[in-house]
Amino acid sequence: MNHGPLKLAGCWGKTAERIQGTVVIELENVGYNYGGGELLSDVSVKLAPGSFHFLTGPSGAGKTTLLKLCYGALTPTSGRARAFNMDVQGLDRDQMAHLRRRVGVVHQDCRFLDHLPVIENIALPLIVSGKDLSQEEANLRELLNWVGLSQRADALPPELSGGERQRAALARSVILSPDVIVADEPTGNVDWDMSQRLLQLLVELNRMGKTILVATHDMALIRAAKKQVQARVLRISAKQLIQAGADL
Amino acid sequence: MSEGRLRKLIMGDAQADRVVPPSGFTAQLTLFVSGAMAFLAVFALALSLASGRLANRWADELARAATLRINAPAEQRVAQTEAALTILRQTPGVASARAFTTEEQVELLAPWFGSALPIDSLPVPQLIEVIEGDPGYDGTGLRLRLQAEVPGAVLDDHTRWRAPLVDAARALRRLGAVSILLIAGATAAMITLAANAALAANAQVIEVLRLVGALDSYIAHAFVRRFTLRALGGAAVGVVLGMIGVWLMPAASNEGGFLTGLGFQGWAWGLPLIIPPLGALVAFTATTRAAKKRLGDLT
Repeated sequence: MNHGPLKLAGCWGKTAERIQGTVVIELENVGYNYGGGELLSDVSVKLAPGSFHFLTGPSGAGKTTLLKLCYGALTPTSGRARAFNMDVQGLDRDQMAHLRRRVGVVHQDCRFLDHLPVIENIALPLIVSGKDLSQEEANLRELLNWVGLSQRADALPPELSGGERQRAALARSVILSPDVIVADEPTGNVDWDMSQRLLQLLVELNRMGKTILVATHDMALIRAAKKQVQARVLRISAKQLIQAGADL
Repeated sequence: MSEGRLRKLIMGDAQADRVVPPSGFTAQLTLFVSGAMAFLAVFALALSLASGRLANRWADELARAATLRINAPAEQRVAQTEAALTILRQTPGVASARAFTTEEQVELLAPWFGSALPIDSLPVPQLIEVIEGDPGYDGTGLRLRLQAEVPGAVLDDHTRWRAPLVDAARALRRLGAVSILLIAGATAAMITLAANAALAANAQVIEVLRLVGALDSYIAHAFVRRFTLRALGGAAVGVVLGMIGVWLMPAASNEGGFLTGLGFQGWAWGLPLIIPPLGALVAFTATTRAAKKRLGDLT
């Protein structure tokens, strides 16, 4: 694994210079009902370009739901969700696909195609967007090296450890150089050392100009992050989103 | 379908093809169904073409021939036959008229009475073959004249039994065509089921592909191409086997009748070759519709 300072030259590492405006993702008085019950109510938040946010709260509070509302996987039952100055509710499927290319998502369970080796899973966003992989090989190799998976490029996802899976998912989420990276409990299944390594990768991406939104219940991780980067901590409590205080 | 899309469908995209995992039973089901249906389609086509040929032959040949039967006492039979032949030769629209020889009449009756039939000692009517010209003769007028001058003559223009036979042959041809349509419909239904099963089995794959920004058209194309090519391959095998089956059938002969004529003749041997592309088209349409619906239903 490459633990040293990283000099990222690949296109996936470029700072998001194309963002216009002061907000990349915005939820405005958003509510969400799950099976009849209200999970989120009147939630408002704005994510500025290049900002770093943690989203925390007890299990079942609605962290994953809030993340999904941010990248359009769910539609609010009330209020308005906007991404890159577009109403997410008004997007058709093709527009939604293009939105997903600008928002890299890391799931807690990673979600790979188990029949493809790691390198092809990481390259999946390139493949589905019609890019020629032979032109992207150098970037892919650099990215694999960055997440410390150069030796595991040809392994199948089920053969990876929890930490390797999370790093591969992170690599996949950044391959298209998205403007925003959303991670749902990325350190949920890994040990402390690996969670620190993942955090370091997220911090590096944030320094490249990426907007980072991480859902986690790991307070130690948040404390460690706040020593390295200016991170805003949001907490879901009683269906509402509140900015966490200095107790963190 | 645009030219680019067609080219992409045929040429494929090695990277995109790997994205959807090969799914076992739906692949085999598609191959088997398209192969079996193409095999049946070859026979339905052969049946339809043979029925068409038969209907045309009966309609053309028998419509031009009639039989005149002379039912007269033995001592008057020769005179009445001569009189009838004279009338027929004078009748406009009759191309030719010829009395059957004793040998020919014995041969006609041989299937029922054997070849050693003492025809001279039996009250067998004399038969005269009448070939119609173009334009034909006036059947009603000819009957009236024969009735007046040759009392024992009965003109049979085969209308009574020819019409239902021709109708039956034409119905058989329609049945063959309907069978081909049913085969296409059944193929479409089975491939739709297989495509739906594959799409359902790969719901997680679709979810991942959407997560990384795949357009629905990209996802659909990956499935459609796979099913179309499988249907094409299966149908090609089915057609080859079907054509071998038809080719192995006994050759057409007068003795065998209709069944031995069940096959292709001349250029018609090329017709089954359109079945695989048609099968692929059916699969393409069915899978495209299934994928569109399934992807639309998946949130």
